[in-house]
Amino acid sequence: MDAPPRISWQTARLVSVTDETARAKTFRLRLDAATPHQAGQHYVIRLTAPDGYTAMRSYSIASAPDDSAELDFTIERLDEGEVSTYLHDVAQPGDELEVRGPIGHWFVWEADSPALLIGGGSGVVPLMAMLRLARRRQVSDLLRVVVSVRSRDDLYYADEIAGPETTLVYTRKAPPAAGRPPGRLRAEDVAPALLPDATAYVCGSAGFADSATDLLQELGVPPERIRVERFGPSG
Amino acid sequence: MTSFSRGFRGRRMGERDPRLPPGQYDTGTTWPVLTAEATPRLSTADWTFAIQGLVERPTTWTWDEMHALPPSTYEGDIHCVTSWSKLGMTFTGVSVDTVLALAQPLPSATHVMAFGHTGYTTNLPLADVTDGHAWVAWEVDGQPLPLEHGGPARLLVPHLYFWKSAKWIAGLRLLDHDEAGFWERNGYHDRGDPWLEQRYQGD
Repeated sequence: MDAPPRISWQTARLVSVTDETARAKTFRLRLDAATPHQAGQHYVIRLTAPDGYTAMRSYSIASAPDDSAELDFTIERLDEGEVSTYLHDVAQPGDELEVRGPIGHWFVWEADSPALLIGGGSGVVPLMAMLRLARRRQVSDLLRVVVSVRSRDDLYYADEIAGPETTLVYTRKAPPAAGRPPGRLRAEDVAPALLPDATAYVCGSAGFADSATDLLQELGVPPERIRVERFGPSG
Repeated sequence: MTSFSRGFRGRRMGERDPRLPPGQYDTGTTWPVLTAEATPRLSTADWTFAIQGLVERPTTWTWDEMHALPPSTYEGDIHCVTSWSKLGMTFTGVSVDTVLALAQPLPSATHVMAFGHTGYTTNLPLADVTDGHAWVAWEVDGQPLPLEHGGPARLLVPHLYFWKSAKWIAGLRLLDHDEAGFWERNGYHDRGDPWLEQRYQGD
């Protein structure tokens, strides 16, 4: 087998930090040069202490592929997470961060085939890159998005994510216009979004991913057309 | 290249555990579930394990037949490429040496493709699954291996990153060459030694 090029560490500069929810922020990083990525891929962010101790975690890219050298990462602050707490509490625009990517060629969508995206909570991040790509390419008819979220206050990209492709499912507290009482994701939430021959992309916690993939299989989606990204503790 | 992260000290409790390979952290009592596929509904009655390819005697074992083989235990650590390690685990099952001894690899065999009941694949040099390096495991810390962790049985190759330890293992195909498996086609390293940080292709 030919040896592919190594994905090198590079230094990125933190350009801006934007609140998404009370616990999640979007970090915009600028690379030295534009590095092409696919919607759904992730980067590793590495922190190094003065004594050489390092900590690294993987974070999904939220921005669509484009020609710019800037990438958005939406990161939830986990109290026990040494990388996410640093990014939330310490990092400031202008700081340098070591990053490596883009990584992963499986949980990616190339905007050329029908897809159903199902995200739970922070699992919406890589799906947002796909939605943004679909809208930019004007192929939104290929895409349906179902987002499961506790309440409006927990919804990432609240002003942007709504649209004809998107179904919002509130699990704990639903706004009056939601048209559905709060509750867990059900097959009837997903069925209308299931385009013929769609590949399903499921992203969320392990529990969410398992229940969503069970729903998909109940609806007749074969396992080989289900791609899953389960979030471990990515602190 | 190393650049320090302004104001970062890390959250170490005392000395770093020497069992942790570079870039890994101790996940403690939690055991994250990371899988690219839907979790299958696989019962012990449906589960089988096969040795195929370059062997004298291609063989398939049922659940009961595997349990009739001499048991073997691994006590130690596991390391996920996403940077968590879980220390001090105990897995029980059958050594891959035991099933290979029955199937008798041909001298030309150099690599294996492990394959799961879901269609998942991962490639390994034969030397990484012989001489006490690998197991087919169905018990963890004294309990049946949970479905989400690859039960009823998974491959266990604990000296390599854990995507090599294929969940819902269905068998090993012996080859005379290396071939990329699922994650290896999707950007991950062909061997995956955590002590060499062989995480991604080209590392």
